[in-house]
Amino acid sequence: MNWLISGNKKRINIADIPVLNIEDLRFEIINLNKRVIGFFGKKEFDKTRLFVVMADDSEGKLYISSSIFEADKKSYESITKEVPAFHVFEREFYEEFGIEPVGHPWLKPMRDHKKEYEFFEMKGDEVHQVAVGPIHAGVIEPGHFRFMCHGEKIYDLEIQLGWQHRGVEDLFLSVPTNQLAESVCGDSVIAYNLAYSNAMESLGECEITNKAQLIRLIALEMERCAIHIGDLGAIAGDIAYLMGASIFGATRTLVINTMLEISGNRFGRGLITTGGVNFAIDKELSNTIISTLNKVSADVERTIKTMLKSPTVASRLEKTGVVSEENARSLGLVGMAAKASGVNIDTRFDFPDKWYQDIENRSTKADGDVYSRTRLRYKEIKQSIYIIKKFLSKLELYADEMNIVYVPQPKPNSFVVSLTEGWRGEVVHIALTDDNGNLSRYKIKDPSFNNWFALAMAVRNNGISDFPLCNKSFNLSYCGNDL
Amino acid sequence: MIILLIIMNLFIILFLPFIMLGIIKKTKAFWGGRKGVKLLQPWYDFVRLLKKEPVVSSTTSFVFKIAPVIALATSITAGLFVPTVSGFSIITMDFAFIIFAYILGFGKFFSIISAMDTGSSFEGMGASREACFTALIEPAFFIVMASICAVVGVFTFQSLNVFLHNTDIIGVCIIVLAVVALFIMMLTETSRVPVDDPATHLELTMIHEVMVLDNSGADLAFLSWASAIKMVLISSIISALVIPVSLPFGLSALYYFALLFAISFAIGTVESAIARFRMSHVIEFVFAMSAIALVILSLITIRIYGG
Repeated sequence: MNWLISGNKKRINIADIPVLNIEDLRFEIINLNKRVIGFFGKKEFDKTRLFVVMADDSEGKLYISSSIFEADKKSYESITKEVPAFHVFEREFYEEFGIEPVGHPWLKPMRDHKKEYEFFEMKGDEVHQVAVGPIHAGVIEPGHFRFMCHGEKIYDLEIQLGWQHRGVEDLFLSVPTNQLAESVCGDSVIAYNLAYSNAMESLGECEITNKAQLIRLIALEMERCAIHIGDLGAIAGDIAYLMGASIFGATRTLVINTMLEISGNRFGRGLITTGGVNFAIDKELSNTIISTLNKVSADVERTIKTMLKSPTVASRLEKTGVVSEENARSLGLVGMAAKASGVNIDTRFDFPDKWYQDIENRSTKADGDVYSRTRLRYKEIKQSIYIIKKFLSKLELYADEMNIVYVPQPKPNSFVVSLTEGWRGEVVHIALTDDNGNLSRYKIKDPSFNNWFALAMAVRNNGISDFPLCNKSFNLSYCGNDL
Repeated sequence: MIILLIIMNLFIILFLPFIMLGIIKKTKAFWGGRKGVKLLQPWYDFVRLLKKEPVVSSTTSFVFKIAPVIALATSITAGLFVPTVSGFSIITMDFAFIIFAYILGFGKFFSIISAMDTGSSFEGMGASREACFTALIEPAFFIVMASICAVVGVFTFQSLNVFLHNTDIIGVCIIVLAVVALFIMMLTETSRVPVDDPATHLELTMIHEVMVLDNSGADLAFLSWASAIKMVLISSIISALVIPVSLPFGLSALYYFALLFAISFAIGTVESAIARFRMSHVIEFVFAMSAIALVILSLITIRIYGG
């Protein structure tokens, strides 16, 4: 057995994970031809153990394997050469453990700023460089963008990140709390906390109540809804389409204020806790949520239709920042960015639990441009509102259940992969425990980790003045990537 | 009497820009369903900026320091040639439109080299965009003005008005087309949507705003003022074509102010209704002014030789 086949939120023993030598593992990875969602190391005394998690989206299965690097083995042949989606995983692994993937085409620092970052450079009298960031106008996170331009046209964009690196993964080992999970990425509070809580509950082999599960998923969809509406407003703002910017901005407030009524925080901080939820939704609150969502739904519907029909808007969005389906597949894009390019992966439906099983996942027409990403947001808002209403009606059946159940101490020497579909895409949390049941390694992969490179691909041959629009259409996370 | 008129003109040139900006902001707030800032907020912002000490980058030369003053001086000087209420301009001379255009061009030259003086790649891009649009606007403005002048004989703004308002349907067509052409020119020169977005914080998409990115305090106040004055100047040229000079003074003044406020409202409405154009489409939009100018030229030709 070269792979251990597991599922989402399933606890397995670390001892059951096969150990291959790296050449065999490399061969297996290339042959398996699945999507990589985890490729990370763990120090075991002087050795380094490399874990690989691959996802089979059509079957809803996870393939897990590993390899051990002895202290004197400092290199292996790069997998990126055969499977481009590995490029960023191998860079991260190299940076953290110093084991070099030989032949990697783009082995630049990920988050480490002590090393000199060598930018790709074009030479010529008419080529000019534009450097943007890491400090930007407006209230956004830090990131450095280096453009190679000819006049207004972008030939190449390179993105240097890591300015927000806080050592979050290691923090989980010393303070494994929900508060920490919530703070990793401020726009995906619910998704991160949910992924963390699921991981901890799976490690303790405990099942939470149906009521708590539903409230968590309602919150997850509310978060999706709120951020997507905000993004639609931001896209409208970037092209100076005033009506969209002001109406979507106001509508987003309705959604996050509803979240405030549920949990006492507009972004849902403190709602989810390991073992359940801290706040319940009663009948009265449920009615308030439904009436607010009806208003939101009507506002969004009306505004987006006017906006997308407007010729000046369409001419800005269409055929801007295209990511082809081929590129999306080979770079391993996930979430919204992938769906907008026609790669329909969504862990809610590919790895379904009992709640999402009977919800239809319709794929939408996708061209990979800003227009597709804008329209997809609208479709997802509609779908989320539908799901929230459905879950609210189911919630009535479980009104008498507990909010929180006791979660036992995590089982020792375990391994769990917890996938959650946040608004941006799949949030992957992988937790490992030691002999005493304490966390010994915590790995997080934000969808932005895969998708940042797609932004660089999308802006090629576009005007440099369209970059902010492309950027907003992806709306990737800096802190989720930098950790 | 003449002293009073001169004072009135100066007052219009110097202070009306703030009211026009205020009306634009109010209009945008109105269409966006918001209350919006105070009508005189642009004036308060201006006063606030004047009180601040400018911070000057150590990499810049003297050009960066003198450019804001030159930009302001040229805008005000150009204003001396522009007819306001009842067609009165402080300096009336033949071919005033040529000196008007080149005084503004002089100011623009300095704001462009001042932007390049900072050595910032953003400002370099802004300067190149501004230079490109100006190069397209200038010939179109001359064709509009010169082709009308060509048939009149006396070449002042006032005489254009007399001619256009004592003529047939072709004269009306020319006025309408010229107003459209000048409106495009105004959106471009004063960097409004759909050419530029004055409200954006995204440096890569800016034109005028990015050129003043390194300016601060009084320097920034002067540059924004200079830009706002241009709005009044071009609006006044539009008024000189539209409002007959033969009207009594009071009525003429009423029409003049109503027209300027209507133009502000129109700018605000355009900004609310449509998205900004893609940079490559902006060039086509600015080119539309040249196309309209050529139509005016052919209409004038018909007026003289044909029919």
